[in-house]
Amino acid sequence: MRIACSFCGERELGEFTYLGDAKPVRPEAGASEDEVFDYVYLRDNVAGATSEYWYHGGGCRAWLKVTRNTLTHEISSIEPAAGAGAAKVGA
Amino acid sequence: MKYSIFSLARAALSGHKNWQRTWRDATPKDRYDVVIIGGGGHGLATAWFLASEYGIKNVAVLEKGWIGSGNAGRNTTIIRSNYGLPGNTGFYELSMKLWERMEQDLNYNAMVSQRGVINLYHSDAQRDAYARRGNTMRINGIDAELLDLAAVRKMIPFLNFDNARFPVQGGLLQRRGGTARHDAVVWGYAHAASELGVDIIQNCEVTGFVRDANGKVTGVETSRGKIGAGKVGMAVAGSSSRVAAMAGLRLPIESHVLQAFVSEAIKPLIPGVMTFGAGHFYVSQSDKGGLVFGGDIDGYNSYAQRGNMPVMEDVCEGGMALMPMIGRVRLLRQWGGIMDMSMDGSPIIDKTPVDGLYLNAGWCYGGFKATPGSGFVFAHLLARDESHEEAARFRLDRFRTGAMIDEKGQGAQPNLH
Repeated sequence: MRIACSFCGERELGEFTYLGDAKPVRPEAGASEDEVFDYVYLRDNVAGATSEYWYHGGGCRAWLKVTRNTLTHEISSIEPAAGAGAAKVGA
Repeated sequence: MKYSIFSLARAALSGHKNWQRTWRDATPKDRYDVVIIGGGGHGLATAWFLASEYGIKNVAVLEKGWIGSGNAGRNTTIIRSNYGLPGNTGFYELSMKLWERMEQDLNYNAMVSQRGVINLYHSDAQRDAYARRGNTMRINGIDAELLDLAAVRKMIPFLNFDNARFPVQGGLLQRRGGTARHDAVVWGYAHAASELGVDIIQNCEVTGFVRDANGKVTGVETSRGKIGAGKVGMAVAGSSSRVAAMAGLRLPIESHVLQAFVSEAIKPLIPGVMTFGAGHFYVSQSDKGGLVFGGDIDGYNSYAQRGNMPVMEDVCEGGMALMPMIGRVRLLRQWGGIMDMSMDGSPIIDKTPVDGLYLNAGWCYGGFKATPGSGFVFAHLLARDESHEEAARFRLDRFRTGAMIDEKGQGAQPNLH
């Protein structure tokens, strides 16, 4: 598996660290226990195309939002995550 | 078919041409008292314990491929009961005791070999942690020995003891740990369960659950038609989220790929199972002579049953740090399996919020050693509708209540074991 960083181009997997599913959103401070439990512990654990966060720690140190198929490891799209200098690449 | 020295001699004298199938490849009936989804070690063990211990013989095991084609045939065959936390300690020792009598119980040679498991330590802090775990084991009646450097040198003289960064200082040894032939475990449970009337149904993928008006599960839809069930048990670690989703459940589990490796065969070298405590590398030697080893999961969600190069490199570096001679051995094969990574590193064996549906999941990468224990306590849960005392802490709701079994002490993340 190789990942084409939006800033650095295609690099080998060892340069990247995985965070996980990009879908869960951290609940507000006043959120209910159920919402926090859901965010921290439960997962869709999708078999198929899913959007996830990867960190390019061995390169530009930007966070990327990668759409990847968990059944095949095929990557269909990569974009800078919000706040990761997205404007610099016109995203 | 009863196996014995006489059956072996008879078969040998007739050129091994008259062996019979060791279990029945059944076609599905309309209804069973219990349907187990998943024909791996855990599912088949559950069926056998239901039939042999709990008197429930109208049981089917449904397998989407062939039995043992998932993680039961992909693991590194290690058995041990060296856990330190309440919940785990007793359960894994229950499992170890069942390993010790498995071959007699099943009338099947599973090549259970108690050749010892040693966890090496490389610092004072790690020694103290291992001493504590060993004491916990001994208090619970489990064998454990803390070896000093001289004792490890005598036992495994070829290690790189003087590694400047990770000098070996000693190890925690469980002599009753060891290995078992993983495929034979699957075939043994299939053999013994089939003899008691359990239907083992292959190429039968569950595609949905049948529910009554109250939402209770009353059967499963499969690629071979609808099958009614009094109760349905899931033992599909690796795919638990996918099957649970058919019943509308979301689980505290991520599916990750774990790789394993085997080298070309060499003469007997490694006395038992050993683990490198400063990285993540463990190795044993199969009876065929290959070094069987592995390390960390790849670290990203996957259902692909294959891994990538960075972790291969990391595992091989661990091997080189511990025993540099391993660099002279060629890698023969490498493969991947899909792990149910739970959020605290411990399994889940419990009822689900859906009436009639029972869950056996979240084995991370420690499921093989648990095979007999898991089958026993899951059969207990299915038969009695209450948890076995040794599995009472493996609750699905423990993440909500905070009663987690976090052996590593690292909190909620799906990369523990």
